[in-house]
Amino acid sequence: MSGRASTERLSRLLAMVPYLLTHQGIPLEEAAEHFAITTDDLVHDLELLFVCGTPGHLPDDLIDAEWESGRVYLSNADPIARPARLAIDEAVALLVGLRTLEQVPGLHDREALEGAMAKLSAATGEAAATAGAVAVDVRTDAESALVLEACRLALRERRRLHLAYLVPSRDERTERDVDPMRLLSVEGRWYLEAWCHRAEGVRLFRVDRVERAEVLEADGTPPPQAVSRDVGTELFTASPDDLVVTLDLAPQASWVVDYYPVESVEPAREDGWEEASLRVRLRTADTRWVHRLLLRLGAGARVVDPPELAVRVREGALAALQRYS
Amino acid sequence: MTSATSSSPGGAAAAARGARRTERLLNLVIALSATRRWLTKEQIRTAVPQYADCATTTAFERMFERDKEDLRELGVPLETGGEDPLFEDEAGYRIDRDAYALPEIRFTPGELAVLSLASRVWQQASLAGPATRALVKLRSLGVEPDESSLVGLEPRVRTSEPAFDPLYAATRDRAPVSFTYRRAGGEPSVRHVEPWAIVSWHGRWYLVGHDRDRDASRVFRLSRVSSAVKRIGRPGSYRVPEGVDPREVVAGTVGTVQTRPARLLVRSGAGLALRRRATSVEPGPGEDVVVVDVSDVETSADEIASYGADVVVLEPPQLREAVVRRLRGAAGLGPAQQQGVGA
Repeated sequence: MSGRASTERLSRLLAMVPYLLTHQGIPLEEAAEHFAITTDDLVHDLELLFVCGTPGHLPDDLIDAEWESGRVYLSNADPIARPARLAIDEAVALLVGLRTLEQVPGLHDREALEGAMAKLSAATGEAAATAGAVAVDVRTDAESALVLEACRLALRERRRLHLAYLVPSRDERTERDVDPMRLLSVEGRWYLEAWCHRAEGVRLFRVDRVERAEVLEADGTPPPQAVSRDVGTELFTASPDDLVVTLDLAPQASWVVDYYPVESVEPAREDGWEEASLRVRLRTADTRWVHRLLLRLGAGARVVDPPELAVRVREGALAALQRYS
Repeated sequence: MTSATSSSPGGAAAAARGARRTERLLNLVIALSATRRWLTKEQIRTAVPQYADCATTTAFERMFERDKEDLRELGVPLETGGEDPLFEDEAGYRIDRDAYALPEIRFTPGELAVLSLASRVWQQASLAGPATRALVKLRSLGVEPDESSLVGLEPRVRTSEPAFDPLYAATRDRAPVSFTYRRAGGEPSVRHVEPWAIVSWHGRWYLVGHDRDRDASRVFRLSRVSSAVKRIGRPGSYRVPEGVDPREVVAGTVGTVQTRPARLLVRSGAGLALRRRATSVEPGPGEDVVVVDVSDVETSADEIASYGADVVVLEPPQLREAVVRRLRGAAGLGPAQQQGVGA
């Protein structure tokens, strides 16, 4: 809708005027960069300011903007010459964000954080009280805090990390060197995204599964082919070389569809297993985790394909049962 | 109103409409800030040239109402009043320039960098718009942020629960609400709540508030709100008790669950995740006795069954039974005999 976009733009214009008034003669490019917009967008904004002004709208009443020379000059904008106060939601968003950052272990610049918080709270008054009613808890246990600190140090100084990392889906402890790219928290969990020298690819590591993180002396600049993945949409992506596994799921196991990267979901086949409600296909490089998933699903799932996997799961379950008898 | 389309002529028309709207709002802000006197609606209609687009007074009044809403959302303090107290129906409007302006603050480049990171916490969530606008406003102060010490740090919250927006707004406005709530394993019921705070804990959003039906404070998980959220009272119509730390309330309610120890026989070198959180490990030849705290039998049985023959439950018997049930299922055997009730 144009409604949302035009209030966003108004907000930017009201911020731009005080800035330009105190930065007379600033190059167009520099001003555009400051507000993270293109030079074309900035020129459109200036064209709009140029036709606005106090009632009467005679030339003397209008805002005067000049940018022909590539430098911006602005005048006659007294009524909106000062930066606008933050709306309540705006103040809440920033204050809650700051309080979230406050809990991040190893944040280098505590002083800046505290300074920003104090000044913003003082400047927003009542909104600061409202911000207290929204809290984001990203605290971690002491062990993860140590790992996070090591990751932060490695990121800041661009150094390589050595990780002892637990892979529960394979019940394996791995040792590897990685070049850290970023630390992100998603749904209350911390992840380190890094270039893994063992896998020669970008990998996402759950911080609570790192048993040990050691900052090495070696340079930790990721290679150019290390590209961040879009965490907003897909945390785990399959590769086309992976093996395809087809499973039938009974209703009590249908949650698998929401938790694992399934490639396709369809209703169960008439001629298949009578308890099935869904047939799903998964793509995976390693069937060990599927094996473990099937043991846990018990009577809730059956392997359709590949048949060797079905045999292995049955044998695994029988071997375990033997230990209980 | 026609909706904006993605085809280029429609898109261009929508963009032109958008620009005209921005122009109108900007002129409105300037007109109301420039005046010391109260401006009546009629005066505003002539002062802002874009209102000439409105053919009728009704159309103008509708547009003006919407514009006032937009300005309030942006935090522009619109005052209403009049020169003559005897003529209350002829209300006037103006913007108090001191209330409009951001108080004098100076941020250091380091502080502005932290603020910019703070605004990105909301990048994929409900308050993304206000967070971005806030930062743009602060950038008008002209400080260049120094982000060097914050490289690669991306804490994010998500607000995928549909109840987030209305419950956030109700918490902000202190407005009591009602909604249908589905308890774990219980029947859905309608609850009447005075919201105190909303908290994200372990990646999930919770509402803390006073439950009017139970006359006690309660914690609600937003993903279990199964109806629309309805306001049932005026904003500011109750008090939030002081000294309540909502994070502690949620952690105390949701985070403390009854646990009991489970003794497991774990093969050497296996069950690494279990060993990691073990309360004790007694080493033995080829396998160790590992003790872990268990809260939910079924959840723990899921995890333990997945280790197959590498992990065997010694006790408690309920956990042992739950694991055996899964393994029999995976082996294609029927449910075990003699363990059912009334055998």
